[in-house]
Amino acid sequence: MTATANEYVGAAAPAETGVPIPQVVAFGVMTTILVAAPFLVYPVFLMKALCFALFACAFNLLIGYVGLLSFGHAAFLGAAGYGAAHSAKAWGFPPELAILFGTAVAAALGVVIGALAIRSKGIYFANITLAFAQMVYFFSVQAGFTGGEDGIQSVPRGTLLGVLNLNETLTLYFVVLAIFLAGFLLIYRAIHSPFGQVLKAIRENEPRAVSLGYRAERYKLLAFVLSATFAGLAGATKALVFQLASLTDVHWTMSGEVVLMTLLGGLGTVFGPVVGAFIVMALENYLSQLGAWVTVVQGVIFVVCVLTFRRGVIGELGNLLRKSL
Amino acid sequence: MTILGVPTQALFGQLLIGLINGAFYALLSLGLSVIFGLLNIINFTHGAQYMMGAFVAYFLLQWAGLGYWWALLIAPVVVGITGIVLERTMLKRLYQLDHLYGLLLTFGFALIIQGLFRHEYGSSGLPYSMPRELAGGQNLGFMFLPNYRAWVIVFSLAVCLTTWYVIERTRLGSYLRAATENPALVQAFGINVPRMITLTYGFGVGLAALAGVLAAPIYQVNPLMGADLIIVVFAVVVIGGLGSIMGSIVTGFALGVVEGFTKVFYPEASNTVIFVIMALVLLVRPSGLFGRAS
Repeated sequence: MTATANEYVGAAAPAETGVPIPQVVAFGVMTTILVAAPFLVYPVFLMKALCFALFACAFNLLIGYVGLLSFGHAAFLGAAGYGAAHSAKAWGFPPELAILFGTAVAAALGVVIGALAIRSKGIYFANITLAFAQMVYFFSVQAGFTGGEDGIQSVPRGTLLGVLNLNETLTLYFVVLAIFLAGFLLIYRAIHSPFGQVLKAIRENEPRAVSLGYRAERYKLLAFVLSATFAGLAGATKALVFQLASLTDVHWTMSGEVVLMTLLGGLGTVFGPVVGAFIVMALENYLSQLGAWVTVVQGVIFVVCVLTFRRGVIGELGNLLRKSL
Repeated sequence: MTILGVPTQALFGQLLIGLINGAFYALLSLGLSVIFGLLNIINFTHGAQYMMGAFVAYFLLQWAGLGYWWALLIAPVVVGITGIVLERTMLKRLYQLDHLYGLLLTFGFALIIQGLFRHEYGSSGLPYSMPRELAGGQNLGFMFLPNYRAWVIVFSLAVCLTTWYVIERTRLGSYLRAATENPALVQAFGINVPRMITLTYGFGVGLAALAGVLAAPIYQVNPLMGADLIIVVFAVVVIGGLGSIMGSIVTGFALGVVEGFTKVFYPEASNTVIFVIMALVLLVRPSGLFGRAS
């Protein structure tokens, strides 16, 4: 029962280097929409979706390009949120430092968890990351500074670099957009660098990559830490936007949600995670009055995606246009 | 009387709770291991199927007036059949793909089942009374042992050991183990491997439902009763070594006891101790305590 070449997780990843024209066009379209969007749609919703989009892109870095399914990415999102919220509220950090600090917390956590987790693969890897994330969750429940069930509330947004007042919604939106685009481009750069090519080589055939002299463990660890760091950037930003860091972001359901976004958008595609995050956020927004039905709908999407729609929205679109998006 | 500064009453009390939890860890991780051995799938729906077992017991009592002993018999069969349907209609389409898709599919099903039950019955528990025959308890001198709890430990141990015996010591079990090693070859010998896979999945799911019925009188019947438990069981399975039958049983009970003692000596760590042990085991033996090195 071995996986065939085109049918394993993340196989849709593009192989070529350089920046293909369709991706430049798609990036332009995405940026234009996102710049215009706050004048048409409720900006707080957009900011939430942007944070999750960055989170999903970070997650996709690992599953799409290294072939490792992490079921514990909530740990990085949540830990960074706590780091940013605590440093801004208790220590009076300005927003830029709070975000940096939160991201650093996630990166450090990524080093520790990654070093232990990358020794395993496939299902084992998923299980192990899930268990570590649960450890972080229980720590967050008990540690004093996280505020337990209440979380850290009314986190000050402050003034970015002493100039931009983040309490103005539109200013905050464009700061969040800038953070998202920076994160998105950095991840894109990482994937399409020689480093990214080595990652793909390891995914395709690890023993061969090792025999060519690449230290697979180090590449995998670096990819894991990068993924954790960007997930942390998303979490830290989210904490400032909502002025809240809570247990929801560390719970394993959040780890499941980011899998859902990426799967729906398209594993191993560049734009898939962004589209997936917006769809899932929009769904949750519209279904929020229905309570438990949200979970049911998410479950149905999982089942449908896995059974019939494994390339995801963007993967299918790319396949239709014969372009890699 | 005290041991290491802790009253014996509390110590034995936690030991008992540890053994009870261990009994559930063992039954659930056994089911996961059996399924994983043949299907190579981590059954994420396991927690939801455990919860369904408890609910079937509740329905049988409410709608049909059938009590605990009938539930112990009927619930695993009913839930096992739903598992078989799931395997026949969906899971079997994924065997040719990366095994992670199986994980994602069963995760989706866990969300659907838990969501539906939560929609119907809310998040608060429904009471399920224990059978009259097992009410009361024994005074052992150093502690009070409720009969029902003793029954759960003895019964689950019996089920676990029977399962181990069937798989490791009988002809049927040898087919099963052979199919785990090399399904194509076993099929060539004229054994219907797909049917065996289906029945194995049904059996593993049935074990989860059985654990659910056992749990119903102790914990309440709650749509989310399996949601967090299953993640601890995943860690138990990783510690024991995926696919190892005896490993799941021993690790299940042992970790339950360790967790119980942690509650006595260092309560802050009682939720995390299993995960800490998992990290340590992974450092020393990445394939688990009883797992074969891959």
